[in-house]
Amino acid sequence: MLGWGVEFLWAEMNRLLSLLFHQGVLDEQFLQLQQLQDESSPNFVSEVITIYFHESEKLLRNLRLLLMDRELSDYKKMEIHLNQMMGSSSSIGAKRVCNVCVAFRAASEQNNHAGCLRALELLEHEYCYLKNKLHELFQIEQQRALASGARYPAHQN
Amino acid sequence: MSTSQALSVTSLKGEVTALVVDDDKVSQVIHHHLLNILGIENHVVGNGKEAVEIHLSGKKFNLILMDRDMPVMNGIEATKKLRDMGIRSTIAGVSSHSVSQERQAFIEAGLDDYHEKPLSVAKLLSVVSKIMHKA
Repeated sequence: MLGWGVEFLWAEMNRLLSLLFHQGVLDEQFLQLQQLQDESSPNFVSEVITIYFHESEKLLRNLRLLLMDRELSDYKKMEIHLNQMMGSSSSIGAKRVCNVCVAFRAASEQNNHAGCLRALELLEHEYCYLKNKLHELFQIEQQRALASGARYPAHQN
Repeated sequence: MSTSQALSVTSLKGEVTALVVDDDKVSQVIHHHLLNILGIENHVVGNGKEAVEIHLSGKKFNLILMDRDMPVMNGIEATKKLRDMGIRSTIAGVSSHSVSQERQAFIEAGLDDYHEKPLSVAKLLSVVSKIMHKA
């Protein structure tokens, strides 16, 4: 019964990952990130993603503040924040978020306030979707790890 | 197989040191980890000014991974400054989504190599192999 649970959870993880790849939410870089995780750094992926969430939410708040005043929008500062979000998003394989950042930056370079607002709304939407799905993925992974540990208690040190 | 297992035969422990210059915390953590996997002792700083200051303090590195877009002092300014100071380390520029003029300006500042983010194991290995050939 526990063995079935582990396999079921493994299949669920793979199903979710396939979906995210198929939707273009994640790209190959996410797999590269997973491959950097090993016994000496067993929580590497979740640590990186946690930092990504924390930094991204700061950047999104800053972008929202910069766009609040139509007359005084600081487009140079916006580009700095967007470059940072693009860099971190591409580093974790968050392809759709990265693509929206590119479009946002193009609107910012043209001082297009309405375009920037639209891009920000899309960016917030894409980021929320990504965050929810990654939380789901980590929950399944945690359940799988627990189920594996319960299945093989004799192998624990 | 994890990347660290696959790379276990290529450890450069003690042979190469590196400096990561990037304001983005995600990139800092990933690049630091990638370098650790290769056995490369490395420091991390958050902008070009800190990169210049760490060199002024007397520290030297074989490799500098230099982000282009940073506050206080960007990668282009920092690279020019380090070259003017006589720093001959391998400087590899890393940037997210540049147009060709931006890339060219960064290269002309004094880079030995340039890669778009994300920095993968393969890209990092190609940079490191240039250092080994230089030596």
